[in-house]
Amino acid sequence: MDCNYLLRSFFYFDLPGIEFAVSYAWRKFLRKKVAVTAAGVLAVIILAAVFAPVLAPHDPYEQFFEGLTLQGAPLPPSAEFFLGTDLLGRDLLSRLLYGARTSLIIGVVANGVAVLLGTFLGVIGGYVGGFIGGAVMRFTDLMMAFPALLLAIALAAIFTPSLWIVALVIALVNWVWVARVIYAQTRSLAESEFIEAVRSLGASWPRILFLHVIPHLAPTVFVWSTLGISTTVLLEATLSFLGIGVRPPMPSWGGIIYESQSYFLDAPWLVFFPGLAILMLALAFNLVGDALRDVLDPTQRGRG
Amino acid sequence: MFLFLAKRFGASGLIVIGITFITFLLSYFIPADPVRMLAGRSATQETVESIRHQLGLDQPLPVQYLKYLGRLVQGDLGRSYKQKTQVAELIASRMPATLKLLVGAIFFEVLFGIPAGIFAASRRGRKADNLAMIASFVGVSAPQFVVGLLLLWVFAYKMALYPLGGYGGLSHLILPAVTLGITGGGWYSRMMRSSMVDVLQQDYIRTARAKGVRESAVVLVHGLRNAVLPVIAMIGMDIGFFMSWTVVVESVYGWPGIGQLTWQSIQVIDTPVIMGVTLVAALAIVIGNFMADLIMPLIDPRLRVR
Repeated sequence: MDCNYLLRSFFYFDLPGIEFAVSYAWRKFLRKKVAVTAAGVLAVIILAAVFAPVLAPHDPYEQFFEGLTLQGAPLPPSAEFFLGTDLLGRDLLSRLLYGARTSLIIGVVANGVAVLLGTFLGVIGGYVGGFIGGAVMRFTDLMMAFPALLLAIALAAIFTPSLWIVALVIALVNWVWVARVIYAQTRSLAESEFIEAVRSLGASWPRILFLHVIPHLAPTVFVWSTLGISTTVLLEATLSFLGIGVRPPMPSWGGIIYESQSYFLDAPWLVFFPGLAILMLALAFNLVGDALRDVLDPTQRGRG
Repeated sequence: MFLFLAKRFGASGLIVIGITFITFLLSYFIPADPVRMLAGRSATQETVESIRHQLGLDQPLPVQYLKYLGRLVQGDLGRSYKQKTQVAELIASRMPATLKLLVGAIFFEVLFGIPAGIFAASRRGRKADNLAMIASFVGVSAPQFVVGLLLLWVFAYKMALYPLGGYGGLSHLILPAVTLGITGGGWYSRMMRSSMVDVLQQDYIRTARAKGVRESAVVLVHGLRNAVLPVIAMIGMDIGFFMSWTVVVESVYGWPGIGQLTWQSIQVIDTPVIMGVTLVAALAIVIGNFMADLIMPLIDPRLRVR
């Protein structure tokens, strides 16, 4: 296979007209107030994660003696500990800031792997077809019937969960949806008239695939790269809440709630703040992704 | 019609076989060696080998898989490592509680989701539509364990309207059912909206409007019957999804169903139970899909011709 096409499919985006399309989409995106607000929230969370060491008022791992009451209970929000302390007397705000790193790393990595895998298999199913394509899509059907959370639980039970293992486990259950969408789109592209025209001109299959099919999949891939992160973030938080996420003492938002569950009636801030953080992150990715789909996908315009 | 159902039934059967293969592989690759666990630490090599032989673990993989299938057909899901009972019995004893929760959750998500979607679609592009869609995204993005804990704190602890978890009648059921239904409610309202928006653009709706049919009747009588189809297909899938998502809700509320069983098994890594639940949940997804295939032609006569 001529690998040149792979390279050239990237330069495809240099074509005249693409600049206009991008700036048009960008202007349409900016007009969506909700999505722009969500993007702002996202930027704040990302900055908080990047600058966690600078922003955190305390060491997230240090168990403060003065961080617990004399009876050994966690402290509610105060001037010293802005969001209160957890059951071990650690500063909740600092743990939340570092926890943002866990959520974002797993969100981006797991979803990235899922999107790559899903796109690859979806293209094979939709473009290659035949026995291999059919087998790939039957496997996708099978995985769709498999309960994702339980599969993730089973996989996390097999491997000892670390940051990367959790990301991998989530990717292994999440690629299915991407594959489904990409498959449907590749199929309709492969049968479209302009592909027929290119084929009748005698173009080879790698040329068609890399120069004509894949560039058309770019908007979908782009949309799923943001939309999918919210599912990933929620799944990571859920696994951590079930006690099979990243290993303590590494801070993770779901893990903080897992650790403080037994005490939450008296210390609701230990559930409220991390819960709010998870909700905001997932919601922001959902809203931005939804707006991107609106802007980039003409068939969805005004519907979503 | 009959041929279509027969085909779907065959496809479901193949998927079930595929699922058993995955659960078999998963339990096969789980590092904890069941032989060592049975034989104990001080067992000699010979004892270990003989137990391995007794359990059939020294046979080739395909043979083991066929035997595993044979046991499954007889309803044998293996024995729990920790609770010395049959996994199938454990699951069966927990099933009624989970089914109760499932019915409650589906009731709530349909109750919230479908009217919200219809409402948003009929006010498409206006403020009410935007607000409803943001609300639906909040429902979709809210982690269930957080929703569950917060509902418990507000309604059961502070306001003391409902019991603080546990199993029982309607008052026990409401909070867990709402928690489990909130994500689905969000999805349903989005799905209902987009499907209704599509339907309302069709020619027969314009005809109905031109005849002078009231707008409410256009939406609820003419539109709904077509627009609700994808949502019904989704309910079929949900029955299975809930089987796995109850893990979270049941562990929060102490609801003694399959989810709690799974959660307890996760804590002690009781693999046979986790695999058994996975298999049952996957089976529920397949059955749910098949049921949706059965129900849809009753609502949509066009599907009967296929």
